[in-house]
Amino acid sequence: MSGEQDRPGRLRRAPESFLTGDFLQEVKEEGFNEQRRNWMRKAFAVAAAGVAGTGLARAAEQAAGGGFVGDPNILELPPWSTSLGKPVAARGYGMPSEYEMNLMRRESPGLASVKQASVAFTPLQGLFGIITPSGLHFERHHQGWVDIDPSRHRFMINGLVKNPKVYTMDDLMRMPSVSRIHFIECGANTAMEWGNVAVPTVQYTHGMLSCSEYTGVPLKVLLDDCGIDMKKAKYLLAEGADGSSLTRTISLERGLDDAIVAYGMNGEMMRPENGYPLRLVVPGVQGVSWVKWLRRIEVGDKRYGAKDETSGYADLMPDGTMREYTSIQEAKSVITSPSGGQTLLDKGYYNVTGLAWSGRGKVKRVDVSFDGGNNWQTARLETPILSKALTRFNIGWKWDGQPAILQSRVIDETGFVQPTYSQLRAVRGSGSVYHNNAIQSWKVAESGEVSNVQVS
Amino acid sequence: MSRSAKRLAIPLAVLFCAVAGVASATNDFEGIGRTATPAELKAWDIDVRPDFAGLPPGKGSVEEGEQLWVERCSSCHGDFGDANHVFPPLIGNTTDEDIKTGRVAALTRGGVTRTTIMKMPTVSTLWDFINRAMPWDRPKSLKTNEVYAVLAYLLNLANIVPYDFELSNENMAWVQSRMPNRNAMTMDHGLWDINGKPDTHNTACMHNCDRDEEITSSLPDFAKAAHGELMKQNREYGAIRGTRTMPEEGDDAEKAKESAMPGDILSANGCTACHAVDQKLVGPGFRQVSEKYQDLPGKVDHLKSRIRNGGSGTWGNIPMPPQPQLSEEDLGTLARWIADGAKP
Repeated sequence: MSGEQDRPGRLRRAPESFLTGDFLQEVKEEGFNEQRRNWMRKAFAVAAAGVAGTGLARAAEQAAGGGFVGDPNILELPPWSTSLGKPVAARGYGMPSEYEMNLMRRESPGLASVKQASVAFTPLQGLFGIITPSGLHFERHHQGWVDIDPSRHRFMINGLVKNPKVYTMDDLMRMPSVSRIHFIECGANTAMEWGNVAVPTVQYTHGMLSCSEYTGVPLKVLLDDCGIDMKKAKYLLAEGADGSSLTRTISLERGLDDAIVAYGMNGEMMRPENGYPLRLVVPGVQGVSWVKWLRRIEVGDKRYGAKDETSGYADLMPDGTMREYTSIQEAKSVITSPSGGQTLLDKGYYNVTGLAWSGRGKVKRVDVSFDGGNNWQTARLETPILSKALTRFNIGWKWDGQPAILQSRVIDETGFVQPTYSQLRAVRGSGSVYHNNAIQSWKVAESGEVSNVQVS
Repeated sequence: MSRSAKRLAIPLAVLFCAVAGVASATNDFEGIGRTATPAELKAWDIDVRPDFAGLPPGKGSVEEGEQLWVERCSSCHGDFGDANHVFPPLIGNTTDEDIKTGRVAALTRGGVTRTTIMKMPTVSTLWDFINRAMPWDRPKSLKTNEVYAVLAYLLNLANIVPYDFELSNENMAWVQSRMPNRNAMTMDHGLWDINGKPDTHNTACMHNCDRDEEITSSLPDFAKAAHGELMKQNREYGAIRGTRTMPEEGDDAEKAKESAMPGDILSANGCTACHAVDQKLVGPGFRQVSEKYQDLPGKVDHLKSRIRNGGSGTWGNIPMPPQPQLSEEDLGTLARWIADGAKP
């Protein structure tokens, strides 16, 4: 048995003798009774602790041999099949099952010493499709989050406009609305990995990433309503209503193209942590420009030099220059499962799944490698494939129990191919914080354990 | 309806829809929104640009700033702006040579703590940010002259202005000419324009790509548990499992939880910005407080009142702000935890 434990391709071999010969003999002769069923359930539970796998169930069936009658989960009806369920509206606002509480927004220890200026990451490792549940949307606040009374919220447009205006939420929600699905990625997503591997799971490497359907008024409609001076206007300033009143210079071109003054997110109002009741959505551009609790847009002819585009969110290059006003999130992809901090239970088939996105348009193709980048296969893209939105990819993989290195590589509609770490570092060095879109590698060990690695 | 009437009705319906369509596509928003008043614009249009557009007139000296700094800023940023316990340091690692060249040499060296002043190209940004967002827990509470004074002190700490300096809207441009990193910024990159030129040009090789498979970096074993029990950060059923990184929790762990530090309350209310468990930061360690009142009758109530009302004198001159936002329940939890010995 001890030698068996190290067998490649299996987390731990199921104990074959956890049902004793005597017990099996009794079952054979006298069948199951309540006592024996309970005993068997307990034996299952004991054996499952530390192994917990479908492989185990199969092994247990085999171990039980001719004496195996069936799975107690089938043979004995569970309480949910033999009792009255709960009434409607027992919970006025529905919540996930109590069995789903492992998937939570989480902080990375040591990243920030104050929780009001910290990050909580989205658990990408357990999510499906492209829409991020609103309660799991990543959080990044600069001075804590606030819950604004929408009846007291005001939105102002001023600067180079004919008529500077104030809008209430009543006003904004009367105006023409659009609903569009877009990703939001913090410019500092994957920041901790610039120099070397630093965090264990995709939640912490890539979890400053979410994707939602946003509803609101196109910014262009509002700028036109105020009579924007298109001869002089060159830049926009967006400003929040919270304590930090965060500001950020927005490209006028982006503002007039597809930016939304949004109040809706995934069919309901924006969550407070995401800017309730109003947030600027700037598709394709890094999250810090999507100013939350939006109170004001100023139209100007010069850039504004705000804190989060000078000392923060400016990309340090190897020669000491700092790239300011970096905004566009270039194409990037990551395998979300299997991924770091997960363990494969057995050899055989796995659905390898992940996300791809580009701030410059649509995802055209995603390739996946299982050998650290030497050979690639094209993955299946799920629909919808939308511009500046997350795109889900899937590819089947039969694990042979040998070590493997999994990678994904996106190509967007501009033809841009996601870079390797060496390519990215050759230009930007390894001292930057922002815009790390390198190919992510996950190593699968013989034990089935998946871990975060970088390859040269 | 007769056949001919039907024939007539269809084009009419189409015509009607077309007219209605035009009417509904209007962008005449009369009555929606209103013109902002001059007072409203003044109240909210507070941004200050690098060309100093928006900078209100005013002044403040380094000496005045020092006093304000100690009272309002030092608890987070340290007396000299170099503290690292709450936020990254503001001041440090710039030289007189940097002030001459406008390029901070230390930015090209690895392993140097990047302070705010090392990176900051524009003095307008400091004025704007202090004015809109500081102090941390009372943003926008500084008067215009106080913003000048606090900024003057900060600039003096970085040797940009002398100690007898009075900063004003008149000399901000001169200060700008001495900002240590004023010449480091560049817009020469492809990440502003959506059609910008990318830095990298990978190709989509499919087979025998001759990639070096050597692993150059992986997570050391000791760091695997730094993010907690990963098994509990994944579903416990399905295609995969989270990897176990911690020993199994037993009864001891449950017991420890009962008297454990109320970390959520402490961090949500910013307590840990000034207090650690067993050492002095800005204020005393929770353990020190616990020991001081160990034998005091009614110590829980006493602690509740001290937390609620704040004050200074017992532990030094830096005042603890009052905490009106704490619920009675959270206040009780905190006071009982400290009274019980402030066990981590």
